[in-house]
Amino acid sequence: MAHTRVDHAANAAAFIKNGERTHWHDQALWFVRAKRDRAVLTVSEWEQLRETAAQIKRHTLAHLADYLEQFEEQATRRGIHVHWASTADEHNAIVLQILREHGAQKVAKSKSMLTEECELNPVLERHGIEVVDTDLGERIVQLREEPPSHIVLPAIHIKKEEVGQTFHEHLGTAAGATDPKYLTEAARGHLRSKFMAADAGITGVNFAIAETGGVVVCTNEGNADIGVALPKLHIACVGIEKLIPRAADLAVFTRLLARNATGQPVTTYTSHFHGPVPGGELHIVLVDNGRHELRERALFRESLCCIRCGACLNTCPVYRRSGGYSYSATIPGPIGSVLNPARDPKRYYSLPYACSLCGSCADVCPVAIPLDEQLLQLRGVIAGKKYLPLSKRLMMKAASFVMKRSWLYNLSGKMARWWLPKLPRFLVYNRLNAWGRQRELPETPKRSFRELYRKRHEQ
Amino acid sequence: MNSKQEILTALRRTRLPDVALPSVPDELTTYADPLAQFRQVVAAVGGQTFDVQGPAELAAALRQLDAYRAAANVWSLVPEVPSQGQRWQSADDPHALETLDFLVAPGQFAVAENGAVWITDDQVPDRAALFITQHLALVVPAREIVQNMHEAYQRISFDKARFGVFISGPSKTADIEQSLVIGAHGARSATVLLVH
Repeated sequence: MAHTRVDHAANAAAFIKNGERTHWHDQALWFVRAKRDRAVLTVSEWEQLRETAAQIKRHTLAHLADYLEQFEEQATRRGIHVHWASTADEHNAIVLQILREHGAQKVAKSKSMLTEECELNPVLERHGIEVVDTDLGERIVQLREEPPSHIVLPAIHIKKEEVGQTFHEHLGTAAGATDPKYLTEAARGHLRSKFMAADAGITGVNFAIAETGGVVVCTNEGNADIGVALPKLHIACVGIEKLIPRAADLAVFTRLLARNATGQPVTTYTSHFHGPVPGGELHIVLVDNGRHELRERALFRESLCCIRCGACLNTCPVYRRSGGYSYSATIPGPIGSVLNPARDPKRYYSLPYACSLCGSCADVCPVAIPLDEQLLQLRGVIAGKKYLPLSKRLMMKAASFVMKRSWLYNLSGKMARWWLPKLPRFLVYNRLNAWGRQRELPETPKRSFRELYRKRHEQ
Repeated sequence: MNSKQEILTALRRTRLPDVALPSVPDELTTYADPLAQFRQVVAAVGGQTFDVQGPAELAAALRQLDAYRAAANVWSLVPEVPSQGQRWQSADDPHALETLDFLVAPGQFAVAENGAVWITDDQVPDRAALFITQHLALVVPAREIVQNMHEAYQRISFDKARFGVFISGPSKTADIEQSLVIGAHGARSATVLLVH
């Protein structure tokens, strides 16, 4: 798996074969983006908030070791058990160990991109532990044995007819049922029984507060809260980049997160855990898994500021039209196109090219990560390592040769303007010309921009 | 070297340029009538509000709600509102709350900008009740309203609270084709009673 290379364009080609569905996917995400814009406009200090959030995150990254120690000290003082994991494997082993010590057989899990990243579920399942993803979208993809296709909207790529079919097979809902209300009600009943039976609850974490030693989880459905309030054991898995210094900093992030993610003024539930249920245990697993290496590299450092709101996915013209799976990674979209090649440039060489450099991702980012700049620079890194396919490398070489010589560039333009309209179709629209697929080339202008400009200047 | 030392050593190996910890932006959105803003946002997120003149009117206000009238089991943590049906004692096994139809719980304060109410285990020791109940009513003194989350966190202390939560509206999901459905896993309805 690790050695197969991800060809985003090829994966996207499969997705866009169904034009109607591509359009539907695009519109569903644009709807969320539009809701986000309306919510953002209600906060006149939005840009200052983003700047503040970015500074808090950058400050925390600079002092991360100190804040992690402070967090552990404060959490331990409250009777919370803190664990440290350098790698995904270690994280999974720690979680498994805690569950075994408590004799836990059934786990209610709420949304956590970290446990997706660590591939926790299959490890627990191999050891005979039942893991139920309790977020509705995650449950849908879990029943379909698919990964999430979006970091906030895991089932955004699935139509209600397909959800109806999945629920018919697994939950016994009426055949052909497609009403979201009916299907959600069925899932509510099904998951209630899972909550009642669970021996432990596992959650991700949105923010970990160094000053108080507590963690904050933001959800709309309430699944995380039910999942950890019923059993005696709560395990919270947190990437070390989720630290924030002070409880007061939560004001900044809770104001940004839900507005930017889904256009809500705040998530329905913003839960602050500073201890277990009475008579229970709260375990917090702090996970590095390569984050300290990202922190060392100036080009990628700021991607550790990400608060996983998903806005860059919703706004990205490529993500919207190619779907989450085309990235073949836990985190897709613009932020995924930085994080994945940063870790494994050979495997994910194509992701920085799944981008038109429009910059919309950076514009909507609540912590002002310059995603478009990072993607552009990553292209340089990947080209430098010769990870691009030969055809693309040769084309780049040729383009660079031409563009370095203005006489040659002008001549090529002239020739193209002369020849293109006269060439037979098969010579222009063929396998070699990716730009000629699914679209007609624009009409060839009679004069170049330069010529027009010169002419205008003379007048 | 254990993983903790390994992580901390790795993080300390590279010093990053320092960025000062910022303070809150100077000019924040405020509302001339924070209660009006609060009512409007709660309605927008699928909840409802009632203004009651004094705690004695709470029960009468609740009786206007279909869900309250239909509830067999009502657990009230507010002295002025009686519990009905099945009885729960705090610190019981929270699984027993599965049959809870309607919870009436006190909230500490409300937030105008986002319709949230702050609740801690000080007042609601059984945190499961807040989420497992079919319907939820939160009782908040009308004077206990803050403009925004900055003011909110100034009021919060985590010294004692092991659990605290902002609740804004009923449980909801849009995971099936972005269709908003109220009542995902938690409360199917959320009512805030503002006591004047």
